[in-house]
Amino acid sequence: MPFNILVLSCLAYVAFLFLVAFLAERRAAMGRIGWLRSPMIYTLSLSIYCTAWTFYGAVGYAARSGLEFVTIYLGPTLVFVGWWLLLRKLVVIGRQQRVTSIADLISSRFGKSNLLGVVVTLLAVVAATPYIALQLQSVTLSFGVFASETPEGWALPDRDSTAIWVAGGLALFTILFGTRNLDAKEQHHGVVLAIAVEAVVKLVALLAVGIFVVWGLAGGPAEMIERIDASSIADWDLQPGRWAGLIFVSGAAVICLPRMFQVMIVEDGEERHMARASWAFPLYLLLMSLFIVPIAVMGLERMPAGSNPDMFMLTLPLAEGQGTLAMLAFLGGFSSATSMVIVESIALATMVSNHVVMPIWLKLRPKAAMSGDVRRIVILSRRLAIVAVLTLGYMYYRLSGGSAALAAIGLIAFVGVAQVLPVLIGGLYWRGATRMGAVAGLVTGFAVWAYTLYLPSFGPGAALSVAVFEQGLGGIGWLRPQALFGVEGMDPLLHALFWSMVLNTVAFCGVSLFTFPGPVERMQGAAFVNVFDAEASGPQGWARGRAEPEALLVMTQRILGKEAALAVFAAEARGQGKDGYLPDATPDFVAGLERRLAGSVGAATAHAMISQIVGRATVSVEDLMAVANETAQIMEYSAELESQREELTRTARQLREANEKLTQLSVQKDAFLSQISHELRTPMTSIRAFSEILTEGDLPPEMVANYGRIIHEEAIRLTRLLDDLLDLSVLENGSVQLNLSLANIQQLIDRALASAGHTRPERVFEIHRDLPSENLFVRTDADRLVQVFINLISNARKYCDAEAPELKITVRQRAGRVSVDFVDNGSGIPKQSQGIIFEKFARLTDQTRAGGAGLGLAICREVMANLGGTIGYLPGQGGAAFRVTLPLRLEQQAA
Amino acid sequence: MASHVLLIEDEPNIAEAIRFILSRDGWQVSTMTDGIGAAEAVRAARHDLVILDLMLPSCSGLEVLEAIRADPATEAVPVLMLTAKGQGRDREAAERAGVSRFMTKPFSNAEILASVRELVAR
Repeated sequence: MPFNILVLSCLAYVAFLFLVAFLAERRAAMGRIGWLRSPMIYTLSLSIYCTAWTFYGAVGYAARSGLEFVTIYLGPTLVFVGWWLLLRKLVVIGRQQRVTSIADLISSRFGKSNLLGVVVTLLAVVAATPYIALQLQSVTLSFGVFASETPEGWALPDRDSTAIWVAGGLALFTILFGTRNLDAKEQHHGVVLAIAVEAVVKLVALLAVGIFVVWGLAGGPAEMIERIDASSIADWDLQPGRWAGLIFVSGAAVICLPRMFQVMIVEDGEERHMARASWAFPLYLLLMSLFIVPIAVMGLERMPAGSNPDMFMLTLPLAEGQGTLAMLAFLGGFSSATSMVIVESIALATMVSNHVVMPIWLKLRPKAAMSGDVRRIVILSRRLAIVAVLTLGYMYYRLSGGSAALAAIGLIAFVGVAQVLPVLIGGLYWRGATRMGAVAGLVTGFAVWAYTLYLPSFGPGAALSVAVFEQGLGGIGWLRPQALFGVEGMDPLLHALFWSMVLNTVAFCGVSLFTFPGPVERMQGAAFVNVFDAEASGPQGWARGRAEPEALLVMTQRILGKEAALAVFAAEARGQGKDGYLPDATPDFVAGLERRLAGSVGAATAHAMISQIVGRATVSVEDLMAVANETAQIMEYSAELESQREELTRTARQLREANEKLTQLSVQKDAFLSQISHELRTPMTSIRAFSEILTEGDLPPEMVANYGRIIHEEAIRLTRLLDDLLDLSVLENGSVQLNLSLANIQQLIDRALASAGHTRPERVFEIHRDLPSENLFVRTDADRLVQVFINLISNARKYCDAEAPELKITVRQRAGRVSVDFVDNGSGIPKQSQGIIFEKFARLTDQTRAGGAGLGLAICREVMANLGGTIGYLPGQGGAAFRVTLPLRLEQQAA
Repeated sequence: MASHVLLIEDEPNIAEAIRFILSRDGWQVSTMTDGIGAAEAVRAARHDLVILDLMLPSCSGLEVLEAIRADPATEAVPVLMLTAKGQGRDREAAERAGVSRFMTKPFSNAEILASVRELVAR
């Protein structure tokens, strides 16, 4: 068959796939998903497990190692038959947590650790590289078979450039359909349908070749079995260790391979589809393996010695002149290779862009996270990642020489991805697994795998020197890559599998036991491990012991604030008789906590949050954290409002107080005016009444004289009152003009005593003085000070009720101030009145004896304030006691 | 028989003026300078009129008025109240307490004489 036609039909097939994918995408875009997501499509999409390795390599495997190839099918079969053990949990978690890749799953389980995401991504890329190389190799080989058109001369003169074309074409197809748009759930309906079609093509091709071999070449099943018995394949020995190892590693691979995870969990993720696939997919695998042995046997029998058994699928029909059948087989192999590469590179590109490119990019340009540019960057990074993955595959293909047996390369990749298994299983079933443990396990397993299997696969002297192979790393014998710890003679693959898995698991468990998970890790751990309890149990009360008190505390803190949360927890802990603030999460406590949280965030949210921790999850932890953070922000905001409200209240209180003060002042002013009115009207009343009486005449002369004297007295009283008011007003306004001069206290007291003598001159008053101590000079307004002295002495003369009234005047000088005390021997001023005597009109007893308007002491107080001094009442001195203090030198105040 | 007036006024000059005016008109005037015991005095002496100053030293004129009105024996005695404060509030309080007439100081002699005659004639 001409090579050109092969290329053409190849292109036509690709174009057909494009069309299928395009139509499916369009259908999905219109919302008519329907059968695009059905158990059948799901099962067929799972068939990407059967790559070119399976398609071509299984025959070669069988030709070399007999039935051992069956292990590659047995592993996945066991996993799917027992799907409810592990896969169901993965599917439910994948749906609940919106997992986008296996790296995302691991990272998510261990507290959204980006480090873990990077580690798993790196591991997946490195492990996938030989696998992708394997696909490129098989397609290149198959082209080579047609190019040479002879079974023996399968080598293509320019096979490297063919591989580049193949890689480029695959990259293009993947970019076109795998990165057309961004979907939150990373689902690609077009790609899935295309690989389902390819799954049919490869199955049909394999069955067709098998039927041709059995019925066309061998002459029927019975003859075929005879030939098989006669062939070398029948002589194979069962190696139990290797079988168990291979079944394990293929089972692990079907779970952990990025592309399998993509189609199994990410693209579909429905339990009922998986339930169907649990028998349909093993059936598909059975059909795929049914004719492997016959084809291998007939190939070995018919094909010349030395021909590559990996290519029997093609060379056998070609040698028999079945060009069309060979063409079909070629398309089957092509389908196997392309579907694998496409899905694998989509999965890897998602991981690389989500866990490596985007975190770095967002760190470099934090502001860009707000703009719409992110989607563009994501798509671009996916496309670049696809190109990079295929470039890596191509480079591995070139480096490894492209001649190693397909099956061997496939197994290297399987062991590599199996390193994720311990962490995955641990993460799903063991709450104690921690992030650091996961990192330790993955890195250890990865390193052991690379050292014992991956690097040696390039051959001695390529990646690892011959010396390392023979003497171990750095000459240490027990570090020989294929005889770790001195274990020799083991199958290299089993050796690598054993040590990598053992050391991986030991590191994972060991480090997990000695590290403590963070709060998010704990919550995620609970969500993962208890995923079914959430769905199975009813809505009534919370089960005992489900919830981690720490996780509850973290959540509560985010809602109620730190202090409040700690208080609640500490109170409950005390109630349970425990120290600290971590009570047991009893059902009652959890229910009570839910009600408390409901008060802050509403019942639905509170229930969702509690169920997240207790393990009945319907929303993702991330959503809840976001809700909690929002709530915290709202609380902060309302606290701010609260403080603003308090400030307003404070201001209002101050205003109210000011208003009360004003009202009080107003009342005082009214009272003052009322008092003035009284004080003015009283003398006016007498004056008016007696002047009217005098005007009417007809009075004896002595009464005229008496009434005239009353009028005169009252007029003087009026004048004095007006003088006092005026004086007070001037003093209070501070507009008083002080007349400063040096004055001798003794002389001032003399003046005051002389003036006050006019008050009740009939009383004999004994004055006690200490003249030497009075001989002090002060700089002050002498007239004003004398006015104060007169007032105090007059008051004593008026009010002292002693039989033999005495007044003691004492002068002291201390620290630049002078004090003058006036103490009489009367009954003094009652305690309750002492506070008001300096107020205006605070006359205590009836004015018949006083004759003043009650402004005297108020004026004294104002005078002393103007003189820079004070006047106060001294309680407990026996009689009425006043103290006047003033500075020795009063300086003229500026303005 | 001359009508008997009780004058309760703490300002001696004003009390003297009122006493002179009423005595000259033929009234018998008793004076008190304090409200303490005033109600009892009215009850005992059966005064025909009480002239009461609002501002008194020990107890206010209002209290004296209330005491007079509270006693059935004296409740009908007309009370003329005098004040120098002249605030509307005081007048209202006095009227609520049952004052017969309210006068603001200063007043003319004819005014107070007319008021006394009018209140006793009634």
